[in-house]
Amino acid sequence: MTVALSDQTNVIAMRRGRVTLRKTLISCAVLAGALLLALVLLSLVGSEPLPARASLCSLLSFGSTSCGLTQDQFDILFQIRWPRLLLAAAVGGSLATAGASYQALLRNPLAEPYLLGISNGAAVGTMVALVFFGSNEWSRPLLAFAGSLIATLAVYRLARGRAGASPERLILAGVIVTTFLSSVIVFVTTMMDATRIRSFTFWLLGDLSGTSKALLPVTITIAIAGTIALTLNARSLNLLMLGERDAFDLGVEVGRVRIIVFVVASLLVGSSVAASGSVGYVGLVVPHLARLSLGSDNRINIPSAALGGALFVIVADTIARTIIAPRELPVGAITALIGAPLFIYLLKRA
Amino acid sequence: MLEARNLTISYNERVAVSDVTLTLAPGEITALIGPNGAGKSTLLRTLNGQVRPTSGAVLLDGQSIEKYTRRTIGRRIAVVAQEAELRFPVTVLEFVLGGRFAWASNSGWGWETERDLRIAAEVLNETELNELSERLMNELSGGERQRAVLARALATEASLLLLDEPTANLDLSHQATLLALVRNRCDRRQASSLVITHDLNLAAQFADRILLMKNGKAVRSGKPDEVLTPELLHEVFDVEVLVDAHPVSGAPRVTPVRRS
Repeated sequence: MTVALSDQTNVIAMRRGRVTLRKTLISCAVLAGALLLALVLLSLVGSEPLPARASLCSLLSFGSTSCGLTQDQFDILFQIRWPRLLLAAAVGGSLATAGASYQALLRNPLAEPYLLGISNGAAVGTMVALVFFGSNEWSRPLLAFAGSLIATLAVYRLARGRAGASPERLILAGVIVTTFLSSVIVFVTTMMDATRIRSFTFWLLGDLSGTSKALLPVTITIAIAGTIALTLNARSLNLLMLGERDAFDLGVEVGRVRIIVFVVASLLVGSSVAASGSVGYVGLVVPHLARLSLGSDNRINIPSAALGGALFVIVADTIARTIIAPRELPVGAITALIGAPLFIYLLKRA
Repeated sequence: MLEARNLTISYNERVAVSDVTLTLAPGEITALIGPNGAGKSTLLRTLNGQVRPTSGAVLLDGQSIEKYTRRTIGRRIAVVAQEAELRFPVTVLEFVLGGRFAWASNSGWGWETERDLRIAAEVLNETELNELSERLMNELSGGERQRAVLARALATEASLLLLDEPTANLDLSHQATLLALVRNRCDRRQASSLVITHDLNLAAQFADRILLMKNGKAVRSGKPDEVLTPELLHEVFDVEVLVDAHPVSGAPRVTPVRRS
């Protein structure tokens, strides 16, 4: 009887500490609300100030009425700022989701698409598409995906020792792949004409100013679908995070989950790099903050990181385009300024 | 019931396990002993379907283990291995609930059911970890962590337990507690266990049967007093030992005398 009673108290106590569906939905709802609010407010901020009331009125009507905005203001709001903000959100969400999944799969809190050279792989793919299939816009995300998948597999093979990949070994493998691919990028760049080189250098650092209307829906769709696909594997990732062999013993189809993560995360990185270049450290900063505030359970972490990543990049991009207005910084410079110190801190703790 | 028939496992040229036959019967604990490199862990990994035998077969309820999905095996066979290094903070409860993975109706996203929570509460009680359930795994002592690993294995409700040196990091009292938990599972639920251990006296106390291995071969299998003889132990470990009866339990007691 006493045993049964104490079991019951335990069950009640457990409901409090554990991650549940309810807790996950609340976290996602709060973050989605914050994201929506930030999207609306940040669309008013920029080198060209927009009247707040009229802009809000026009936004609430989804652009069907101008509410007194001039044609120029209306175009800035709907043709320039909103597409750019939406792209920033999709890129941030994609990179944070990819980062969180790589970290769980590779059992490494330092794993991040940019640091592992995966973004560079996608960048090479994008550049090859630009040089050889310049007129075809679809070739960019496709080759970026191929590039990031190849880079992922290369890093994984390089890092994997007999005893599995240690955090340091994985980062070293990332450095090797990154420097190798950087040389390839330099090589491809020299094949371009001089006028395009400047915009390329900017793009390589992560740049959202060249938002492509045609690719925007693709990037957003991939961000959402990819996040859902990886969230659906979150419980397997929870076990993989503790060790591949343990996960296997407990019933996880390790090989299948690994392929899903590699393919889906490469797709996420590929589509965001094709759209905006290599925005670094998003996949490191955001999942880390998510773990810090929500715990390690990927069922809450991955969707929360996706929304948090979107929020992080739209704020970073707003800083990038306003801090020295009318000139702009690449958004990657801002995310790296925040991310690099955090990386050093995490490396010290690991 | 888990059976291994004429298992041979070789890596490249090296033969790790050679022609081993073994049956894990319900309610029994089998101890697997032998010097380092005898092929004990390889044998255990093969019984779980992780390592493919070069020849021979592993049969789970009469069917080749390769015919089962990982999830089915996860419900039937639990492994307690030496723990991997934890790099992410997880609570003891989250860790133990990992043992319920194979029972989830939706393996990827699914949430723990009331039944999962009840079973976790039971095993946390059994392993005396209920007060630590909210603590992080890396805050625990080695002994507590090892108990959590066992708790997770028990949470799978598997009727076959494979334990690879479960008592290696434990002090005397925790060694006994841990093996008592395994014994309990075997007695009450007709589970069968295979325990790899270097502690011959512990094996003599807890095991119903002992399989003695050397260089990948099964040297002898039988009841503790049939296997733990001075002659066999000398042959396998190259050590002179004295074997007498434990004053309380009557089980064989092994004391090394000197190296020959």
